[in-house]
Amino acid sequence: MSDPVSALNGKTYSGSATVTENGLCGMIVLRGTFTDTVFQQAVRDIVGCDVPDIRKLVRSEIGSAAWMSPDELLLLVDYSQTEAKLSALRLALAGTHFMAENVSDARACFTVTGAAGREVLAKIAPVDLSPVVFKSGDFRRTRFAQIAAAFWLDEADTFHIICFRSVAEYMFNLLKTSAHPNAGVGVY
Amino acid sequence: MLILECPYCGVKAEESELSAGGEAHLTRFGPGSSDDEFHDYLFVRENPKGVHFERWRHANGCGKWFHAARCTMTLEVFGTYSAQTTEPPQEIKDVITAKRPGWSWRNVSDETNTEGQRT
Amino acid sequence: MSTRLATRGRLIDRSKPIEFTFNGTSLRGFEGDTLASALLANDQMLVGRSFKYHRPRGIVAAGSEEPNALVGLGSNRRYEPNQRATTTEIFEGLTATSQNHWPSLEFDVGEINSKLFSRFLSAGFYYKMFMHPKPFWKHVYEPFIRHSAGLGKAPDKELQDADTYEHFYFYCDVLIVGGGVAGLQAAKTAASSGAKVLLIEEKNYWGGRTPVDGGTIEGDDAQDWVTKTVAELEAMENVILRSRCMGAGVYDHGYILGYERLTDHAPDMAGPRHRLWRIRATQTITATGAIERPLSFAGNDVPGVMLAGSMRDYIANWGVLPGQRVVVATNNDDAYRTALALHHAGADVVRVVDAREEGGGKLAEEVRGLGIRIDNGRAIAKVKDGKRVTKVAICPQNGTGGAREEIAADAVAMSGGWSPVVHLWSHCGGKLTWDAEQAHFKPDPLRAPTGADGKAFVVTAGSSSGPMDLKSVMANAAKAGINATQAVGRTAVDAGEIKTSVISEAPMLPVWLMPANADIELRMKTWLDYQNDVKVSDVQLAAQEGYESVEHTKRYTTLGMATDQGKLSNINGLAILADSLGAEIPQVGTTTFRPPYHPISMGAIGGEARGEIFQPLRKTPMYAWHDDNGADWEPVGHWRRPYAYVQDGETVDQAVNREVKNTRENLGLLDASTLGKLIVKGPDAGKFLDMLYTNMMSTLKIGKCRYGLMCSENGFLSDDGVVARIDEDTWLCHTTTGGADHIHAQMEEWLQTEWWDWKVYVTNATEQLAQVAVVGPNARKVLEKLNATAGGGLDLSAEALGFMEWADGKIGGFDARAYRISFSGELSYEIAVPASQGLAFWEALVEAGQEFGAMPYGTECLHILRAEKGFIMIGDETDGTVIPQDLGLHWALSKKKTDYLGKRAHSRSHMADPDRWKLVGLETLDGAVLPDGAYAVGEGVNANGQQNTIGRVTSTYYSANLERGIAMGLVKHGPDRMGEVIDFPGLDGKIYQAKIVDPVFYDKEGEKQNV
Repeated sequence: MSDPVSALNGKTYSGSATVTENGLCGMIVLRGTFTDTVFQQAVRDIVGCDVPDIRKLVRSEIGSAAWMSPDELLLLVDYSQTEAKLSALRLALAGTHFMAENVSDARACFTVTGAAGREVLAKIAPVDLSPVVFKSGDFRRTRFAQIAAAFWLDEADTFHIICFRSVAEYMFNLLKTSAHPNAGVGVY
Repeated sequence: MLILECPYCGVKAEESELSAGGEAHLTRFGPGSSDDEFHDYLFVRENPKGVHFERWRHANGCGKWFHAARCTMTLEVFGTYSAQTTEPPQEIKDVITAKRPGWSWRNVSDETNTEGQRT
Repeated sequence: MSTRLATRGRLIDRSKPIEFTFNGTSLRGFEGDTLASALLANDQMLVGRSFKYHRPRGIVAAGSEEPNALVGLGSNRRYEPNQRATTTEIFEGLTATSQNHWPSLEFDVGEINSKLFSRFLSAGFYYKMFMHPKPFWKHVYEPFIRHSAGLGKAPDKELQDADTYEHFYFYCDVLIVGGGVAGLQAAKTAASSGAKVLLIEEKNYWGGRTPVDGGTIEGDDAQDWVTKTVAELEAMENVILRSRCMGAGVYDHGYILGYERLTDHAPDMAGPRHRLWRIRATQTITATGAIERPLSFAGNDVPGVMLAGSMRDYIANWGVLPGQRVVVATNNDDAYRTALALHHAGADVVRVVDAREEGGGKLAEEVRGLGIRIDNGRAIAKVKDGKRVTKVAICPQNGTGGAREEIAADAVAMSGGWSPVVHLWSHCGGKLTWDAEQAHFKPDPLRAPTGADGKAFVVTAGSSSGPMDLKSVMANAAKAGINATQAVGRTAVDAGEIKTSVISEAPMLPVWLMPANADIELRMKTWLDYQNDVKVSDVQLAAQEGYESVEHTKRYTTLGMATDQGKLSNINGLAILADSLGAEIPQVGTTTFRPPYHPISMGAIGGEARGEIFQPLRKTPMYAWHDDNGADWEPVGHWRRPYAYVQDGETVDQAVNREVKNTRENLGLLDASTLGKLIVKGPDAGKFLDMLYTNMMSTLKIGKCRYGLMCSENGFLSDDGVVARIDEDTWLCHTTTGGADHIHAQMEEWLQTEWWDWKVYVTNATEQLAQVAVVGPNARKVLEKLNATAGGGLDLSAEALGFMEWADGKIGGFDARAYRISFSGELSYEIAVPASQGLAFWEALVEAGQEFGAMPYGTECLHILRAEKGFIMIGDETDGTVIPQDLGLHWALSKKKTDYLGKRAHSRSHMADPDRWKLVGLETLDGAVLPDGAYAVGEGVNANGQQNTIGRVTSTYYSANLERGIAMGLVKHGPDRMGEVIDFPGLDGKIYQAKIVDPVFYDKEGEKQNV
């Protein structure tokens, strides 16, 4: 087996904000019944946190869980542990109706850091990004210009963005264009 | 550009996050149905000026299908609700009755009598 | 003569001179000038030619309502036609050129033509003229219209716009459009509630026109009040102010577009040129002010005739005096302010012509007190034609234009009263009401545009509500602020009465024509719409010819259809139409106001979507390798797939032929990563797939694959692919490249909206896996070599992995899933590995395959190989009207299943019609390649007199293996006509004769894939 390669191999750009392709991140799509205690325990065991509230992302030292839809979570784990965690998850949920699939390679991950981050995103996503409305721990699926994307904000005011791997370059160029050093809007 | 609140994820989504799915509450006719039934199921749709029920999908969002009741004239939205129902829920019908007394759509309508009591 | 004054000019900085050019001549202005004010300061009265008659035209207005002063701005990659001089801030090096003239602005051949032919160019000219004779259209009329259409020249299509643009999504409680005193007051009031407020203003300065006219607000001079209020608002955390940002349009559910011009005034500044604000506001306050109406008299388009208010603007804002001897014509008191301003600036006001018999009020007295002659009950009969005003004829208003007195003048200031700017209010359905006292349409607050909750979401403030005096304007604005705030669920501080200076005015008199009964000769020179050259006589003619609806008259005469959308002409035109029809103005009504308020750039609409991010390109993990190895790219949806890999010295066709032969003889590698891969899991997954596919999937054994078809409820074939059973309750469904997303969406749709009690989950795993088709006689050898050299235990022998089986394991060290499936008829494996290792796996195959003659192949080779085998392709053999039975795929339609999508439709009479065209192979007699999409012709003609068709080509290629053209097609009774020859007329004039044959051209027994 050769070393796994992410879509853009860690490409980065610094403008009004810093845009970075983050390399590979372990991701498991988990569908099931959130209210089922077996399901809840499995999530806790795999990522160390409870099933997140609607449109939230919760984190622990061993992973994160993001609310994708009423029957779907995205579990974020260390890339190298994805297959092991997936097996454990399938074992824990055996006998229930669920789906757990490794989607780590199907995605590209980006971060946008810097004070202009909110504006960079607000140029391409139809989402209210004012600090009063969009806060740390909020998770949102939407579109970034012409592609589907999901993003959340962490405690350090860094935006994390996920999109499909095939459009990673489009996403990078989109964020780069938005983060042009002379294109600050000056509202956030 | 419309805004509809997705009943599944609570996002007040603008139209560019949504995709339209045509008329709501169709009954599927399969093998064994008459030619007329099947024809109507495939091709015949309401085109009302006023109260209408539609299917939408939060395509660039949580991915869920939902229903919306709205006015095609004023674009007022009476409410959005679960996709897993074969007819509009009572609370949606009540909202419409309050705003559009005497409304009707296919076999659904204002269920109150002239005194405003539900019949 | 128009000159720069030594004093005045509150917006210009005289210490900062700026050089610019107009038609190649270098001119000077100051920082703060608009192009219009700078041109006037240089006595450039003539700025363009009119559209139809090529009449000389000058600057009429000072704002975005300007109809005449349209210029071409910039050059090369920054050239833009039809830019308004009045809204263009000048900068060092600006270049402007006037439009619509030849050979020059001063001497124009078109003008002479129109003088000779103007009687032909009346209303409806185009409709009447270009009807007959029919053959003239193509060779005479169309070239003529194309030549004369449009004002400015379109930019060179080869030159790309040098600038960038962007969008910005913004959400607020209250948006205020317009930063005049009303907008500022409304913002101040709304902001006092703590609501999130955005205030936008199209100009680069705040306060609107009030500082020009003076007066006091809350004891302060108007300008001081503006400065103070702006500072106050800027200091508030909940308020954002934006100048150079126009409210362009109001749309459904509180969606408003703001058009911010960031670098138009400084093109060398880095960053985007325009930003389109995509605003969602709970409440919108439009404080868009009012526009003055021209008066309709003969020669009202001669350069030097200007709106009275605009003339004051030029004096006060930019220190420009547009005339030395000025006639003021009016039907209201406001124009007397212009008389005063002109007088105090040193001009000679040679006459005030007031149409009212009773004349004006206090302001008129003030003017008379300065010794200026005022003629009441009089009108302008005519301004003498020419490149500027020289003589003005005065006559009684109540007459036909006789008894004239001629006076020498070099400018005319006209005022027909003021109309509120109701555009934004009207865009989304706000209704208007007629105000007879002020003779204008104003917003009817009881019929406001309504939003998602059914409640009003637009409030008007200030003069855009109707009132024109400062006191009422401020009161109205404060009230608007309070109302909007209430509507967002907050409470504004009600500051009570706002004290302002008050000047009482005498009532205005509606005057729609000067003089009231002007004769036809005058009416033919009386302009309503300057930009589209529509005259009073045109509207009257339209009415005479039966155009009673205002919407019809608009289109017939083109009144209000120019780029200014009739900002100046609308009400005057309506009044003339109403008068001609003997109706009241409110009964005639207005035309529809549509966004944008003022033209916005195409760049702003496109936003960031240009160049490399014009649209998303989807790339597989091996994209870069393909690109480095000669890939000739083909778009497949948003994907880019190699069509062929072109080697040095090869044409694309030669590359395809090489790939076709090599794959059959040696080894071909195809990047199949784009194929859709949907994982379907759950206790009801089998039942679900049995509904989606026409054949049975629930009975598929674990470890096996089955080719499946999907139909729509209409019965038409929509997608196909190989399905693999993974475990007891999991299936993996391959879809076509283009089908992945919509088949996934369709699965979710049925699961969520019809069979929601079925226990099935679906995940789209398309991009998780890179997939490579390893195809050809050496396919097994290369994989076994990888296993032998790099480690890997997956047994790929014919015994261990039979045709239509799959297995998981290691191949050459890669975690892989191997499917023994074939779309080419060759020995073939499709190997899926994690996308992050796709490129490494591909490179390993290329290297290991060298000794076996491995070559990558592209989509065209893929197509030819499948066509040689008679395999159908979704999108070629199907087009949304084709059912599986048409393609001889009866075997894939389950007879055991009681239901599946499309089953009921297949029993509709038309679907069972024996005359449906059916799939066959086609072989040209001479070996040529049939033209794609060609139709076969039969006997006789159809109801339209066209020759009957009996079939068409669906796929056609040159087969390098068979060394001849091969094709598939749908032919009436085709399978029953084997061996018959039918004719396909080509667009090249040749009749292609083709024999109907079996669609399997190559290896009919299928021996090659089973080794």
